[in-house]
Amino acid sequence: MISMGRRNWTLRVNGATAEVEVEDRKLLLDVLREDLDLTGAHAGCEHGVCGACTILLDGLPVRSCLMFVGQAEGQDIETIESLGGPEELHPLQASFVEHLGFQCGYCTPGIILTVKEFLSRNSTPTREEAREAISGNLCRCTGYSQIVDSVLSAAEAMRSSEAS
Amino acid sequence: MKPSRFRYERAESLEDALQLLASEADAKVLAGGQSLIALMNLRLASPGVVVDIGELDELRYVRREDAMLRVGALTTQSAVEHHSVVEKSCPLLAEAVGYIAHGAIRNRGTVGGSIAHADPAAELPLVLAAIDGEVTVKSSGGGARVVSANDFFRGFLMTAVEPQEIITEVAFPVADAHERFAFTEFARRPGDFALVAVACKLIMVGQVVRSAQVALGGLGATPVVLGGLSDINLPVARAAEVAANTAHEFASESTSDLHASSAYRAHLARALVKRAFQHATASEA
Repeated sequence: MISMGRRNWTLRVNGATAEVEVEDRKLLLDVLREDLDLTGAHAGCEHGVCGACTILLDGLPVRSCLMFVGQAEGQDIETIESLGGPEELHPLQASFVEHLGFQCGYCTPGIILTVKEFLSRNSTPTREEAREAISGNLCRCTGYSQIVDSVLSAAEAMRSSEAS
Repeated sequence: MKPSRFRYERAESLEDALQLLASEADAKVLAGGQSLIALMNLRLASPGVVVDIGELDELRYVRREDAMLRVGALTTQSAVEHHSVVEKSCPLLAEAVGYIAHGAIRNRGTVGGSIAHADPAAELPLVLAAIDGEVTVKSSGGGARVVSANDFFRGFLMTAVEPQEIITEVAFPVADAHERFAFTEFARRPGDFALVAVACKLIMVGQVVRSAQVALGGLGATPVVLGGLSDINLPVARAAEVAANTAHEFASESTSDLHASSAYRAHLARALVKRAFQHATASEA
């Protein structure tokens, strides 16, 4: 029998436990945006291609539009909101501001989280490696060049803060 | 678009999953969800029950056993990518995985899921076909069978897996010292579905290609292994030409669609097969 009602789910989001009551079919993306007020993850294509919905799941970038709420239980979810805020920007956020790595901002949270994981594996990327790393995230505004500048600048900033 | 209503079930064991499939008329297995959920979001699929097998850790492994590389069905494509055992024992698989979509998709997409979904342009089904891999399929009550690659792909998104069965393992023959491999594909943008994909295995005797197994993807409903190349016995450049022309002829019969004309696909098939032969034998010189 198909369930017509909502069920309770327990999620771990940005280090905190969250309880939601939603239908089985609700996508993680929509739970984050509608039930947890974490609107940084964006709905773009809703079939995995554009990357605007990208979040970190147990540290790895995944498409939140391609997960049902039930699959997200028991995993650590990190959204862009965990990275920093106006009072204190994460070096990645600061770099994107400084190097004009965003315009409308729609792709930006997905890109920044993708880059965060990328830089954790490769702290000295070449321009080509940075381009490859963001190739799963579509941007309609910037033409990508300033995004790559932002990535390389952030990598440098994060290297020197590691060193100090 | 949002998926239509369904009941979500999380399987606690393989047998639990199999019993759910056996008892529900309208159930689909959910592994990584990178194909199924996309289809459901577009409402191209609307199962009444979704059986999530994500908890079945016993289906996550990569092991070399004698002449076969055995990959548990739930192993993610990311886990296979850059895996040292895979790189050493099955270079074709190692090379092909990097072409699958994008990193975020590979972080969730599974080897078993890609084989079960059997998209005509997908990389893993093509590798399976090119090197005669095997798929282990289980059903409720202990039923298990092994299906060989040439018997597995039945039609567009159709495989030998019955509605109540689950793929538990995908096995690939381990490469032999005399074999050379290459995988290549062409898409308008990196990460898009391939317009044409080529996976090839060359059996070498010195500088001569004794035999070639060339599998093409994106040209029909299923991966196609080109005929007439199994006793080719030619030096590489000449063998490449013969294979490329065979591919061109075959691809000329493909249907034109929204993404490419059959003439363009035929052109791609010829160019990619030539490239694959060059790439596979690059270290021979």
